[in-house]
Amino acid sequence: MNWESVIGLEVHLQLATRSKIFSGSATTFGAEPNTQASAVDLAMPGMLPVLNAEAVHYAVKFGLGIGAEIGKRSIFDRKNYFYPDSPKGYQISQFEAPIVGEGRFEISLPDGSTRSIGITRAHLEEDAGKSLHEDYHGQSGIDLNRAGTPLLEIVSEPDIRNATEAVAYLKALHSLVTYLEISDGNMAEGSMRCDINISLRAQGSTTLGTRAEIKNVNSFRFVEKAIQHEIERQADILEDGGTIVQETRLYDAERDETRPMRSKEVANDYRYFPEPDLLPVVIDDAYIADIQRTLPELPTTKRHRFAEVYGLSNYDANVLADTRPLADYFEVVVGACNDAKIAANWVQVELLGQLNREQTSLAQCPVPAADLGGLIARILDGSISGKIAKQVFEAMWQGEGSADAIIEARGLKQVSDSGALEGIITEVIAGHPEQVQQFLEADEGRRKKLTGFFVGQVMKASKGQANPQMVNELLAKKLV
Amino acid sequence: MTITQDDIEKIAELARIRISGEEIGEVTQRITEILQMVDTLQAADTSNIEPMANPLDATQQLRADEVTELNRRDDFLAIAPAVEDGLFLVPRVIE
Repeated sequence: MNWESVIGLEVHLQLATRSKIFSGSATTFGAEPNTQASAVDLAMPGMLPVLNAEAVHYAVKFGLGIGAEIGKRSIFDRKNYFYPDSPKGYQISQFEAPIVGEGRFEISLPDGSTRSIGITRAHLEEDAGKSLHEDYHGQSGIDLNRAGTPLLEIVSEPDIRNATEAVAYLKALHSLVTYLEISDGNMAEGSMRCDINISLRAQGSTTLGTRAEIKNVNSFRFVEKAIQHEIERQADILEDGGTIVQETRLYDAERDETRPMRSKEVANDYRYFPEPDLLPVVIDDAYIADIQRTLPELPTTKRHRFAEVYGLSNYDANVLADTRPLADYFEVVVGACNDAKIAANWVQVELLGQLNREQTSLAQCPVPAADLGGLIARILDGSISGKIAKQVFEAMWQGEGSADAIIEARGLKQVSDSGALEGIITEVIAGHPEQVQQFLEADEGRRKKLTGFFVGQVMKASKGQANPQMVNELLAKKLV
Repeated sequence: MTITQDDIEKIAELARIRISGEEIGEVTQRITEILQMVDTLQAADTSNIEPMANPLDATQQLRADEVTELNRRDDFLAIAPAVEDGLFLVPRVIE
C-alpha cells in the first residue's frame, strides 16, 4: 500500500533576550553551572515571576512576521509535572490564550517550488534546566542556568508531508527568526529544538492515523533522518497489519534510530490552570503598530524581489536571501557592478565557496562587497578575463587591496592593444610552421579546430592576458 | 460531580502526595464534599460574565530586559543537601 505521512512540528525557539523571561538572571550560553540561576529560577519560597518586556516584544514580532492574529490578552498557565530540572514542579507556559494565534508562511523546496505551511499558534514559556547523568555516584547533577530562558513554542499545522518539507520548513523558520533578530538561531547551542509529530495514512485517505512524537531533535540533518526512520518503522508495522501506539520516542543519532522513551507509569496529564502569580498580558493596537513599523523586509518578500527585479532563478534567489547579511552583501555587489546575474554567480560560487573552504562566516569575510563588485566591473568592461579575475579574487582575499590595485600591481590587465597582440601572434605563427602548413591545407571545419590551437598558444604566450576575442579576429587575418 | 477512590489515587500520584490506605476513604469523602460545594457554584448563571484569569482586576506589568541578578551560587549550594562541581545532586533520573 502507498502511505502518506502527515507531519506537524513544534519548534522551541530560544529568544535572544539578555535576561530570563521571569527573572533578572543572565542567559549567556556556556556559563559555569548554576552561576546564572537566581532565587526565582531555583523556585525558592516566596519568589514571584516578573515578565520580561522584550520576550513579549519578540513574540509579537514573530506573530507579525507570519501574518498571525496577535493575542491582545494572553494568559500564562501552569503546566504541572515533576522533574528535577524544573524546580517549581511546573512550567509556566501559555495554554488557552497564547500570544500568537493562527498564521501561515511560505517555504521554498530544493526543486525551486514553494508551499504554504500553516502555523497553529505560538506561545511564550520558560525553558527547563539541564540534567547531567554522568558519574555523580549514581546521582544526577542539575544545572539550572537554562531554567527560565524565554522560549517561543511554534506549533505548525500537520501540513508537512515528508522529511524534505520538514527541513525546508525549519530552514525557512530559521531564516525568518534571524531576519527578525528575535533569536540567534544557533542550533548547536540548542536555540532551535524540534518535536516531530508524525503519523501515516493510506494515500488518499482524509482521516489521521495514530501519531508518534519524536522529542528534542536539534539539527536539520537529524530531523530529516528521524522522520525517514519513523516513516519506515510505522509503514513496516502497518504493512504487517499492526497498529501504531501513541507514544513519545527519542531519536538516537549514534544508532540512527528512534526508540520509545521509558514511559512514565501515568500518562501525561499536565493539569493546566491559570498561573496565579501572573496577570493577563494586555497589549494594544499602538504597541502592535510600533512593532509592525520595525519589521525588516522578510525572506519571502526578498526572495520574490530578487527573482523579479534581478531576474534570478528561484534557487539563486533562495540561497542569496537566506540570511540578511548575505542578501545585503549581494545587493552591494550588484550596486557596484550593475550585473545581477554575474554578481549572483560570483557570490554563490567564489565567495560562498571560499568561505566554506576556510570554514568561516560572512562576518569574517576579508573582501568587502563593494570590492567584489569592483572586480566584477573589471570583467564586464573587458579589463580582465574571468579566469584572471579568480586570481585577483584570491589576492583580494589575502588582503592585497582592491581589484584595480591588484590588476595594476601585478600587470594583469587584459592586452587589447592590437599592436602588442600582433607581435605575439607573429611569434606564435613563426614558431609553429608545421601547424601553419596543416591549417593552410585544411578544409573549413578543420580550420576552426586548428584556430583553437593558435588561440591557445597566444593565450599561453600572453600569460592569459590577451583579449581572446581580439586574438581570434587577428588570427583570422594573419593565417590566410 | 462524583469522584472515586481511583481518581484520588491518580491525582495523588501526579501531585506526588502520599495518602495511606487508611486515609484514602476519608480524603475521598472530604474532596467529594468540596466538589458538592463547587456544584452549587456551578449552578449560578454566569452566561453574561467573562471568565477571569486572575481575581485581581489588573494587567501584567513588564520589566525591562536587564540582568539584575548577581551570581549567588555559593549561597544556594550551601543550603542544598548534595552538591558537586557546582551542580545540585538529586536521585538519578533517566528518561
